[in-house]
Amino acid sequence: MAETTTELRKTALNAVHRAAKAKMVDFGGWDMPVDCCGLVAEHMAVRTAVGVFDVSHMGDIQLRGPGSLAAVQQLCMNDASKLAVGQAHYSAMLYPNGTFVDDVIVHKLSDNDYLIVINAGTREKDVQWVRKTIGHMPGVHVNDFSDYYTQLAIQGPRAAETLQKLTSTDLSTIKNYWFTWGQVCGLHNVMIARTGYTGEDGFEIYIPSDEPTSARVWGEVLDAGKEFGILPCGLGARNTLRLEAGMALYGHEISDTINVFEANLGRYAKLDKPEFVGREALLEIQAAGGPKRRLVGLEMIERGIGRDGYPVFSLDGARIGEITSGSPSPFLKKNIALAYVPVDFTALDTEVAVEIRGQQVKAKVVPVPFYKKPKKST
Amino acid sequence: MAYPADYRYTKEHEWIQVDGRIGTVGITDYAQNSLGDIVFVDLPKVGDTVEAKQSFGSVESVKAVSDLFAPVTGTVTEINEELKDAPEKINSDANTTWLLKLELADAAQVDALLSAAEYEKFISEETGH
Repeated sequence: MAETTTELRKTALNAVHRAAKAKMVDFGGWDMPVDCCGLVAEHMAVRTAVGVFDVSHMGDIQLRGPGSLAAVQQLCMNDASKLAVGQAHYSAMLYPNGTFVDDVIVHKLSDNDYLIVINAGTREKDVQWVRKTIGHMPGVHVNDFSDYYTQLAIQGPRAAETLQKLTSTDLSTIKNYWFTWGQVCGLHNVMIARTGYTGEDGFEIYIPSDEPTSARVWGEVLDAGKEFGILPCGLGARNTLRLEAGMALYGHEISDTINVFEANLGRYAKLDKPEFVGREALLEIQAAGGPKRRLVGLEMIERGIGRDGYPVFSLDGARIGEITSGSPSPFLKKNIALAYVPVDFTALDTEVAVEIRGQQVKAKVVPVPFYKKPKKST
Repeated sequence: MAYPADYRYTKEHEWIQVDGRIGTVGITDYAQNSLGDIVFVDLPKVGDTVEAKQSFGSVESVKAVSDLFAPVTGTVTEINEELKDAPEKINSDANTTWLLKLELADAAQVDALLSAAEYEKFISEETGH
């Protein structure tokens, strides 16, 4: 395939990925590894051991100042006043009509300091949206720190053991969706967050984005995880992992034409907050009886793979919706998908048909997430 | 990776090994490597006719779908049933894992296909190395 890297953006680890002969792809304008050592091997490494991802392409917006909480509350649908220092939560920025600007993770660094981690493909749009929406509010400064960090995600049941070798911070004290700062690979004040996008336990670390530091830490993580069978992982496995875990991807399950209730994310929208962008639209949707279509999980029951964008039909031949994300599931060994269908078709075990290259292939509605990590017996 | 000298090749990365009037068809090592882990193969039925250069089925990896194009026109005499449950065999050995066998309509069509050397040149140009 022809190389077209001249216009694509690169993370600090780009040369490292290319030297390791990773298969590269254009993801939202970024030259990223899609496959480092085989998608299925990488996926299974994360489910059974540990894998490491370069997710530096994601963005980081800091809101700082005495007015930062009020700004976050206006901007994002979840209730950031419930966060303690060192705690994070899943949230979203909405348009006034209740559809998505982006989904985000909000981190409370201090009473006057919030970090919002945003998607790679929506970096510029999000920063402009934030400045436009709350830039006028008193006592808040908006800083785009996206290029400041190399962000690594270390994910899997052995992720904690792997990262523990590289830090003096006792990782067992960091609960799920909490974070702290510590020394990692000799670097000071590295943010260590117990967050991720795989459905496994894991951590995301934020280190300085210069190439030598990034390459050194990447190498040390791979060395630390070697005894557990760590693999460097690309965006291909990242997608199959998050799909099995039922996690949304912007541009697929959530977008500017999909509202919060359609996407089954109502539990993250705190309507008892007095105000946030999109709140009134959500109340109106509720008052009108809720969404008319909803996101469901599908499992193919006849032979075939339903993929992104494939149409969904009722069994009597009416087109009723579309798959937003669909793929073989490497861990479950089934073909799974997320799709929007009318609410009448959302009951579990409802049978539908997916059109695959002209053929109608049967699927059924199944619960989401498709995969849940096993509970640890402590 | 060697491409067997007695096979002929298409620019869509299929190979055909001809023995009299029967041709055995597969995909090349280059194709399996580009696709990644193959999880699904969609083949015609025994007795179906396939037309040269037309799609006769598909090969799917986790990430992608790739059409299969017939190197020559013919009638399907056999399909590799193993690929229904073990499609990953193609990844392990693309050169010997066959997809189907055809009775050739016109043996002369094979002459228009690429030799192993021509195919290797073609892929090195395509990938730039």
